[in-house]
Order: sequence, then structure tokens, then C-alpha cells
Amino acid sequence: MSITYLEAIREAQAKLLRDDDRVFIYGQDVGGSFGGAFKATKGLAKEFPGRVLNTPISEDAMVGTAIGAALQGMRPIVEMQFADFSSVALNQILNNAGTHYWRTNIPVPITVRLPSGGTKGSGPFHSQSMESIYAHYPGLVVMTPATVEDAYTMLIDAVAIDDPVVYCEHKYLYYHLKADKLPNEAIPIGKARIARQGRDLTIVSYSVMVQESLAVAAELAREGLEIEIVDLRTVKPLDTDTVLASVGRTGRLLCVGESFPWGGVTAEVIARVASEGFHLLDAAPGRINAKDTPIPYHPNLWSVHRPSAKAIAAKARQLLKE
Amino acid sequence: MLLARTFEEKLVSLYRGGHITGGVYIGKGQEAVSVACGLFLQKGDIFSPLIRDQAGRSAFGEPLVDVARTYLGSRQGPMRGRDGNIHRGKPTEGQLAMISHLGAMVSVTVGTLMAKRFRGEKNFVGLTTIGEGGMQAGAFHEGMNLAAVEQVPLVVVATNNHYAYSTPNEREFACADLVERAQGYGFEGYTIDGTDLSNCLEVIGSAVKRARAGRPPQLVVTSVLRLSGHGEHDDASYVTDEIKRQPFAQDCLTRAEKTIADLELADAETVQLWRDDAAKQVEDAITQAQTEAAPDGAKEDWCAMSVRELVDHPE
Repeated sequence: MSITYLEAIREAQAKLLRDDDRVFIYGQDVGGSFGGAFKATKGLAKEFPGRVLNTPISEDAMVGTAIGAALQGMRPIVEMQFADFSSVALNQILNNAGTHYWRTNIPVPITVRLPSGGTKGSGPFHSQSMESIYAHYPGLVVMTPATVEDAYTMLIDAVAIDDPVVYCEHKYLYYHLKADKLPNEAIPIGKARIARQGRDLTIVSYSVMVQESLAVAAELAREGLEIEIVDLRTVKPLDTDTVLASVGRTGRLLCVGESFPWGGVTAEVIARVASEGFHLLDAAPGRINAKDTPIPYHPNLWSVHRPSAKAIAAKARQLLKE
Repeated sequence: MLLARTFEEKLVSLYRGGHITGGVYIGKGQEAVSVACGLFLQKGDIFSPLIRDQAGRSAFGEPLVDVARTYLGSRQGPMRGRDGNIHRGKPTEGQLAMISHLGAMVSVTVGTLMAKRFRGEKNFVGLTTIGEGGMQAGAFHEGMNLAAVEQVPLVVVATNNHYAYSTPNEREFACADLVERAQGYGFEGYTIDGTDLSNCLEVIGSAVKRARAGRPPQLVVTSVLRLSGHGEHDDASYVTDEIKRQPFAQDCLTRAEKTIADLELADAETVQLWRDDAAKQVEDAITQAQTEAAPDGAKEDWCAMSVRELVDHPE
């Protein structure tokens, strides 16, 4: 038996609904017999009557409602149909949920699921990666699972956490990524993971780019180059210690993220390594992001817009020569 | 009403004397509407007030000293100096803490009511307020629509005070009467004269009762004139003389006091006792807050998360 990244997300939600009557799911098309645009809630409305609820196309009000319910003791999960549409709910997520604990001493335990990132043919409004925006603002945990196991355990953790969590699930991984079974144990939230050990170069990545980076590492290994891959798992909090320890072993750093290049997670990682671990670096750190244009529709353009294994490999080879 | 007016007059005087940092936003002219919003709510109900709701907050049970603490920045206030003036709230006691972005609190109130329904609570109601300015925000429309879709026991009291900051009604909306929107949202709609306390009490009281009894969400639209600037930094010079002569420009407190005298509900001596009592309560609250420590940046707990181990450390 094997289970996909998407199935893991569905199974995590089934478990949450089964184990905790404070949990409900709120989003567009999540209910009824439909089960969501990507089927992440398939069958759940039937299994848990009245707790998997369709909403109007009202991203702001969906999150506002979740905030109110959380203040009254519930543990809502909001599904955005696409991460891109969460821009409509930025005010509720950043200004309401994100400030609430600081202002009132009362946390807001909501989980907002964002089907994130690019897939072929999806274009500028169904492909975005929003994690850098959410990480920029105070008060939120931002999760970016890169494996089936993390997709499952991190979603369960997200609902248990008393603070608001933005859970960025990557659409490209939904069907591509499979595991033999669901895990019984979880890596603690806030800890990065060494996805592959190596001694020549550290690639720090998260979400789908961990998988791309692993492919690059396998390719470069055939040339005798040993790449270490750090999977951040959560971009906020950012596990700087694990990153610095890895750079300490390799002396070289490449950060890879699918979001736009200005600012963001890759820039943050490099800033931290430069200010706290400058002495560890044998070469200037590098980074790869998507291009600074809207995300293109045509596959010929999209495959160049996003960081590809080819581009990562080229940048890694360049860094290894310096 | 009297307590709110007295308190806010004191706030204005403190502000002008340079004793309050940040803005002061008062509800002068809107006390009749606001007090009616707070009066009919009970323990277990939800009240989500906005910036001109001092009267409603007091009627709902907010201690006056918490208002003083918030404006004066006491660490013992509900916001501990982290947020000021009218943003204060105590969500655990049913009073939500508004954010400045108008319309945002409608859906939050809906969510609190859904949670109560999930838990099987009965006989509860939520009430939130809005101005005609906030009624034009997208979040407001989303929240109203969702309230009706979810059929939660919600009352929305909308006060048209004729200016969104300085912008008059004709640049805010183009429908003939804002109450017509009730039908579009799936609410039951009512109109009241916001300068008439008895009208406010009757109509808002009935709306709360209907929502509590399971009728569809209720929209009550009132008409008044804001008898102050948007905040105390604003001299409201844009308010025209013509609009000041309109019936809705009457002062609801003056009108209520006249009704009390006309109907001989209380004699002048009693009314004076009320005034003295209000002044005493205000003085006590301010004095108390003034004795309390302000926050200290060097000792502040700079942590925006309740789960300590999930705090990010950028440096």
C-alpha cells in the first residue's frame, strides 16, 4: 500500500475530526459529496455531518469566522481553494489572527491550509507561494511540509498549536509524492531536518524545492559531489541552528525557494547565515527563486520561471568552484 | 449615556492637555444607539463594538477603569499598553477586541456564534456595530452574507452619522436607503431615529429578542450626526451648517433629558445626582489608572506567540 501527500492531508483531517470535536473544516467546495477542488476533504462531510462546511466565495469572512470560532474554543481548519486567494484574507490572517495574542493575551488557534505553488498550466493566479508574506508578519507559524510524513504530522500539530498556523501544502506534491505508510512519530515543529547528508555544499530549501534539490544532489553525487540538504519544514520559526550547523560542515550555502525573489525565505536564511555564521562560509552564499514576474501559464515559460533541477544544479556547480 | 458622555468629555480634556498619546475617538451624538446595543445583551452573549460605542461598552459591563487604563497606557489595562484607545476588548467575557479595518469584525462575530451553536448552547445572541462608512467595505458585505448563510443569531446596528471621516454620504453610497440592503443580505431590516432614546431601546431591544428567538439576522439602521470630529485631532470643519440643522443632528442626550423632564420621569434634583455620580465614577477611574505603572520597553515580553518554543529568533 502507498499513500500520497494529498491523501496524507485528507487522513490527517479525518483523524482530527475523529479525535477532537472542536475541529471543523470551513472552505469553498469542501463539503457535500464534492470534497474540495483537490479532494483533500473527500468523504469527510459524509463521515462527519455538519463539521465540513461549504462557504461562499468570501475568503475574508471565512477566516474571520474561523477566528471568532477559535476565540470561543473551536479548532477550525480553513481551506483556501488556492493559496493565491488567501490574499483576499490577508487582513484577517495578518491583522486580526496575527495580532490577537499580543494585543489581548488570548491566542487564536486557527489553521489556514494553502494549496500552494506552481503546476503546469496554472498561470498567475493559481500558482503562488505565499509563505514569505505570512512569515514576514508577527504572530503566525508558517509550515511548508516537503514529505508525505510531514504533510500528515504537521497538519495534526498545526491544529494542536494554540497560535494561528498557515499550512502551505504544495500542489505539485499532491500526487507525485508517495510514502509506504503514515508515520507514528513526528519531528517536533520548529526543527529542520537533514534530508540528505553531504560535506561539499548545503542546500537549504522547503516544500517542493526540497524534492528538486534531492534530485540535484543525486545527480551531483554521480560526479563525486556531496550535497547536504536541509529541509526547513517550518519557515517560521526558522531553525537557524540546524542551518548554521550544516554550513559549518560544508562551508557553502545555496538557498532554494519557489516564491518570488525580492525578500522572502531564501533572503532571510542568507541574512542569518551572513550575520551569525559569516566565518563558516568559504564562498559567498547563493540563492535561487522564481523570476520576478507573474507566474506564466505556458509550460515552456513556467518551467523556466520556477527554479528547476537544472538551474539548481548549475548554481550548485558554480558555488562549488568558488 | 450620561456616563459615557461625561467620561468622553474628560478624555477630550486629557487629550487637549497632552495627557493621552495617540487618538481619542468619541461617540458624542451616538450614545442613545450605542447604549441600546449594550443594554439588552446578557452573560454569554457576544458584543463586538466599534469606535463610537463607549455607552454600549459600559452598558455591556466594561469597567470604566479599563477604558481609562487603555487610554492612559496602564499595564494593568486589558491591552497593557500594547494597543490603545478604542481597540480594547475582553474576548473571554464576550467583548471582542476590534481591529481598525472596518467590516472585519462582522465575520468574527459570526464565528463566535457558530462556535456556541456547535457546542449546543442555547438562547445566545451576538451584536456588532458599524457605521455607514464601514458598510462600504468588502469585508462587511462578506460578513453580512455569511451571517445570513449560517443563520446565526446576529444583530447588526448600523449608524449613519453622515460622514466617513470627512466624506459625506453622497460619496459613500448611492442607494436610497441603507436599510434596503437588509433584503439583499437576507437580514430583516429596521430603521430608527438615533436621536430618540426610547425609539432606540424599543427597536434594538426587539431586534435582539427576535435574533435570540431564532429569527433571521437583524439589521437596524439609525441616522444621527456625529457631534465631534472623526477623532479629537479633527475639527470637523467640513460639516456643513445645513446638515447641522437637520432633525438627525439633534443631541440624543439633550433630547433624552428633555423627555425625562417633560414626562416627569425624574426631577431636576435626581438628574443632578446622576450627573454628580457620573462625574465621580469618571474621576475615580482616571485617578486609579493614573496611579498605575506604564509599560517599560526594556522589561516588555516581546513575544507575539503563546507557544514559547515556536517563537522565531532572527538574531
